[in-house]
Amino acid sequence: MRVASKTELVQVGFTLNGKPVTGHAEPRMLLSDFLRQVIGATGTHVGCEHGVCGCCTLRIDGVAQRSCLVLAVQAEGLDVQTVEGISDREDAMSVLQEAFRKHHALQCGFCTPGILMSFVDFMERVPDPTEEQLRDTLSGHICRCTGYAGIMAAVIEAAETLRAARGSTDA
Amino acid sequence: MKPAAFDYYRAETLREALELRAEKRDALRIIAGGQSLGAMLNLRLVSPEGLLDISRLDELKQIEVRDGRVEVGAAVTQSQLLDWAGLREKLPFVAQALPWVGHFQTRNRGTVGGSICHGDPSSELPLALALLGGEVVLRTRRGSRRLSAGDFQLGMLTNACEDDEIVVAVSFPAGVGARGSAFREVARRHGDFAIVAIGLVVMDKGQIRLGVSGMADTPQVLELPGDIEDAAFVEQVEAFAWRLKGHTDIHASARYRRDLLRRIAPQLLSEVRQCA
Amino acid sequence: MPRDDNSPDGSEGSDRDGGAQARVLGTSHLRLEDEALLRGQGRYADDVGTSPGTLHACIIRSSVAHARIRHIETSHALAQPGVACVLTGEDVRQMSDPFLVAVKQRVDQWSLAVDRVRYVGEPVVLVVAQSRYAAEDAAELVEIEYDTLPVVVDVLEALEPDAPLLHEDVGSNEAHRRQFSYGEPDAQFEKAAHRVGLTVEYPRSSFAPMECFVVVAQYNSASAEYDILTNFQGPFSVQPVMARALRVPGSRLRLRTPADSGGSFGVKLSVFPYAVLMGLAARVCGRPVKWVEDRLEHLQSASSGPNRVSRIEAAVEADGKIQALRMENIEDYGAYLRAPMPGPLYRMQGAMTGAYDIKHLALDQRVVLTNKMPAALVRGFGGPQLYLALERLVQRIAVELELDPLEVIRRNLIQADAFPYRAAAGALYDSGDYQKAIDIAVGDGRLEALYERRDAARAAGRHYGIGFATVVEPSMSNMGYLSTLLSPEQRERSGPKNGAISMATVAVDALGSVSVTSDVTVQGQGHQTTIAQIVAQSLGLQPEQISVNLEIDTQKDRWSIAAGSYSCRFAPGAAVAVHIAAGRIRDRVARIAAKSLNVMPEEIEFGDGKVFARNNPDNAMQFARAAGTAHWSPILVPEEDEPGLQETATWEPEQLEPPNSKDQINTSLAYGFVFDICGVEIDPVTMAVRIDHYTTMHDAGRLLNPMLAEGQIRGAFVQGLSSAMYEEFVYDENGSFASGTLAEYLMPTVSEVPEIEILHIETPSPFTPLGAKGLAEGNCMSTPAAVANAVADALGVKDVPLPITPDRVNQLVAGEEPAAPEGVAEDGDGDEGRVLRGDGAFVVPAPPEEVWRSLLDPETLKVVIPGCRTVKEVAPGKMFARVSMGVGPVRGEFRADVTLANLVEHRSADLEGALDGPLGAATGQGHVTLEPRADGTLVSYRYEVKVMGKVAAVGGRMLDRAAAMIIRQFFERLASQVGDSGGAGGAIWHRLRARLGKLLGARR
Repeated sequence: MRVASKTELVQVGFTLNGKPVTGHAEPRMLLSDFLRQVIGATGTHVGCEHGVCGCCTLRIDGVAQRSCLVLAVQAEGLDVQTVEGISDREDAMSVLQEAFRKHHALQCGFCTPGILMSFVDFMERVPDPTEEQLRDTLSGHICRCTGYAGIMAAVIEAAETLRAARGSTDA
Repeated sequence: MKPAAFDYYRAETLREALELRAEKRDALRIIAGGQSLGAMLNLRLVSPEGLLDISRLDELKQIEVRDGRVEVGAAVTQSQLLDWAGLREKLPFVAQALPWVGHFQTRNRGTVGGSICHGDPSSELPLALALLGGEVVLRTRRGSRRLSAGDFQLGMLTNACEDDEIVVAVSFPAGVGARGSAFREVARRHGDFAIVAIGLVVMDKGQIRLGVSGMADTPQVLELPGDIEDAAFVEQVEAFAWRLKGHTDIHASARYRRDLLRRIAPQLLSEVRQCA
Repeated sequence: MPRDDNSPDGSEGSDRDGGAQARVLGTSHLRLEDEALLRGQGRYADDVGTSPGTLHACIIRSSVAHARIRHIETSHALAQPGVACVLTGEDVRQMSDPFLVAVKQRVDQWSLAVDRVRYVGEPVVLVVAQSRYAAEDAAELVEIEYDTLPVVVDVLEALEPDAPLLHEDVGSNEAHRRQFSYGEPDAQFEKAAHRVGLTVEYPRSSFAPMECFVVVAQYNSASAEYDILTNFQGPFSVQPVMARALRVPGSRLRLRTPADSGGSFGVKLSVFPYAVLMGLAARVCGRPVKWVEDRLEHLQSASSGPNRVSRIEAAVEADGKIQALRMENIEDYGAYLRAPMPGPLYRMQGAMTGAYDIKHLALDQRVVLTNKMPAALVRGFGGPQLYLALERLVQRIAVELELDPLEVIRRNLIQADAFPYRAAAGALYDSGDYQKAIDIAVGDGRLEALYERRDAARAAGRHYGIGFATVVEPSMSNMGYLSTLLSPEQRERSGPKNGAISMATVAVDALGSVSVTSDVTVQGQGHQTTIAQIVAQSLGLQPEQISVNLEIDTQKDRWSIAAGSYSCRFAPGAAVAVHIAAGRIRDRVARIAAKSLNVMPEEIEFGDGKVFARNNPDNAMQFARAAGTAHWSPILVPEEDEPGLQETATWEPEQLEPPNSKDQINTSLAYGFVFDICGVEIDPVTMAVRIDHYTTMHDAGRLLNPMLAEGQIRGAFVQGLSSAMYEEFVYDENGSFASGTLAEYLMPTVSEVPEIEILHIETPSPFTPLGAKGLAEGNCMSTPAAVANAVADALGVKDVPLPITPDRVNQLVAGEEPAAPEGVAEDGDGDEGRVLRGDGAFVVPAPPEEVWRSLLDPETLKVVIPGCRTVKEVAPGKMFARVSMGVGPVRGEFRADVTLANLVEHRSADLEGALDGPLGAATGQGHVTLEPRADGTLVSYRYEVKVMGKVAAVGGRMLDRAAAMIIRQFFERLASQVGDSGGAGGAIWHRLRARLGKLLGARR
């Protein structure tokens, strides 16, 4: 049994974007705060701290979820992926990120990392999504700037591009 | 909004969890997916002494069909249940209701057990439990018991779990609703807490059950003869609406909720009868 | 200087023409900002590193709407390890001055409540500790005692003579009133063929951004200087307000803004009181202090647009021509007026007649205070409030005079040949062709098709309606607009205020790389990209080669009080300053190159990174080389030019004059036009309003980047839709705030947003060299009006309450409800989460004397009050208790004061109680009567409890149950306790207690 007392600063370690990270945290420290304040991975943003806005969404073991509703200690030993890990190339971004840029799918950019992480998960799980399914996935995020049209255009195109790429490798 | 300090325990086996529960009792709150409890912790609406994390217990992550029942482990996420191959066939009503539970991102971590235990008066899974005649399986170090929905769901956010018990599974009769099931939810935005959530199921023996979440402190179910005439059904629904009464909050009035029930219930009945 | 190509299209770049620069400005160039943001490398204010030893702040906010602060006990909090300081209003009052306000009234406000709190959420105490977590822990130990005062929440009730006063020194809740008359409105109304009028209410909401306020403050005691980094958006006229509050000269308040900001929409003007507060905290603690606002705080207290009641009336001819308007605007600014309020009331002043040629106007402008969050600018900034009233009126004219609404609009529009058009109240509309815009919008069979859809829906028995909205969208405010609230004599005395300065600096370094700074703050609109396009266009470079830094530093940058991003000042303002500065650089480089290339400067062209002779493109040099000459070889620079290569341009358009002696004021520089057509259908089951069709036509002059323009329009549309249908700050009659979390305060997700059609025309502004007008606020102004008009048409009603929720539509449409069966009580009025009333009676198997004794006995009460930890009698009939109570998992610790009064021994008593704790506050009154009966005593009770604070805001749904259960349980336990002395009740009592204890989560 993993035990951490409330007054203890425990060492929390997990894999972040493919690399091991560790830091100290109280048991109550939120994963969103741990990433931002202890590890310095500030790409994951905090918008509400009650699980509604979606800004803090990241992947744990591939599954997109709200990091403001996860304790840092709950991520121990697991595989965490954040927006900084979507593209590991300096000279190019992922298909999804390029599509966002092309379709003006971001303005202030604050909600964007969370949305990207949701779709990285979703597009892996559902390789041939309908527009309705994409819209449903996006509905778990609030954006105040774009009016969503650019984001929908981006994810529709990204899904299409990925589908075509798979098609050509299958051939 | 940061939680108050608590001790954290992550059990590696169910046995460990039950031992700890027996020792700490109500000084512990149990966290599975944290989609309800996490927000309350952050808001400091709850400040437990200790938190017992059962989210990694494999024993609680199984979905099994046994003796005509579907036993869903308490730590099975809503996404996992939604993706379960047997869902449409064995739990058709749950298949209809589950997409309305929160969003993709919250279903990915929120658990079936957690939703049932939390007992929000407008939520869908507690409605399914009551409507389908489901049960909750509770265990202590020493033994286990099963409670029906009505015996488990005592009131708003309140259940009958004793302070040395852990809910380990949620159990539904398999195949109920195969003869007909319909679900409708009305909310301000997609994925919001329901203003009302209404389900209608034709039971195996033909009788009809109409269930409503969002109007009383717990889901309420009305059982009617399967051959009930439309006019009589409407009368029954009218009386039911007044019994439930509904409440007024920032999103909707009690009157509006009653009107929704009045309009939707007959539609669900039609839907179900057309499919029959 | 050469004028840039005006033609609009979305192409990425047209063909070259003999080596000339491919067109960059006016194209949909992709954003330079995006890659960093997409990679999670944004630098928002909470992302940037802080100095070691930076402390963290947490604010304790009022849980009551109006009260005197009797006492604040900070000692327990201060004793916590890791707590650096705790500040109260008294500390702040000693260290700082109240904020300046435009209105000359004593509505003093400091950065913490002083003596009194006036709205739920008002900052009362600041706790600074080593982490936010620790600060919140310490905050729970601070005890605040309030003497509550009566509350007024409704803006009209606040005007009544016996209304509770927000600020005694003002003498009334009306902090300002001025009446204006332009033309001869009274005479017109006298002889009008018809009068059409209505009262319109614009609701209270914001456009809450995803990133909340952030402040990092430092104080350097050696130089007596504050250094504050905050995601403040401007206007920078507020910097002096902060400096004055901090009692330092402006040069000793270094205000810095971050590289990125997570949206603002006007809201991040209102971070400034917090910047002052954290500055004071840094000074007290001797270390930097950081504060990151959380969402709960933001919803309660960050900012809100003002709600407004407009009584509007038109004097109309039979054919719908409006001869005169009368408007009484009663605007609710909440508990305090913060600079630069009452901005929204006066921002539209010159343009109150909108798109219509109305020569006679009477205005009554009234500013009212209530016990709600202070209101300030949000996107739209007075436009949404105005146009809801004006456009509803125009539709009403059509309805009452039985005319076609579009005909009424057309009859009144300003003619295309009237520009520049001087409106009755002083606005000088620069350009426009409203008729053409509308013709295009309704053309191509669009409107006809919509009429057909409507007719078909109605034939099928469904509610379908069409609404229009016509909006003149001002951009770039005249800083003197607020002085319109003074009389001409007062303005004479204080000196004229006017103008709007924009500044930009373009610099080219020794390697020929170009960098730009300007006086706009970043909020996500793509200013950097547009600026890069402007400069690249001028200098023949690619936007990717232009570095743009918009992190403002008041100690190092050129800035004026007009600086910031607000009121759409970028396109007609800062962009022009950039253009002018770039043009000057271009001219200087041309002069340098001309010497080298041996041609006249007029023959020099820029393109493709080169500088060349127009008639002989091979006679060229690299831009970098030509520019570098200014650094490396100043001797080659023409005498009239300075060495180095940097230009700062200040752009101040001449049209922005001060208000004249007739109170006419040109409130903005440029005026765009928006025309919306909205078709709605009402869902017959849910009564939800569904947007079936939406066309929005925009004329924003020249579009600098069509892609960014469309992004702004779409964003504004969703915000306008949100105001019309979702977002609202709800207060109950006790001032309790109900919109506590994002589950209560609703912002649309993608599922709530319909497809819209966007159309454009361009009538460039003659008042700016670029011809571009601002366009980001348009749909915030037009969409609520268009939706309201469509719903009015669908339902055939005059009053459309906003936000138009399904419940409200249901109330309008559903008619009389079937009668309730016998015995069913009436519905509560929705305050059930906030005001709880109840009564009951039961029999206690004991004589009245025993029951009476128990009620007065603290030992009994300790057992009987659910979750009670301690009770002590502090005076006869007065008890103090500590109680832990809740429902289900939600539990909190409360301090309770209970007083028994009006005692009639053994017969009756009044109870008064006040509860307070981190979860909220409650006040209650009850009455108990004892009557002797054969089987004991009949105990009858009734109670009324008002609940406020976090639990009320957040858990309203839970609260009524909790309170009802607790109160019922109190009396049941009393009965059991008293009956217990008889012995038989004991066992029952223990079982009852066990069961109920579990239900309430009360600790034994």
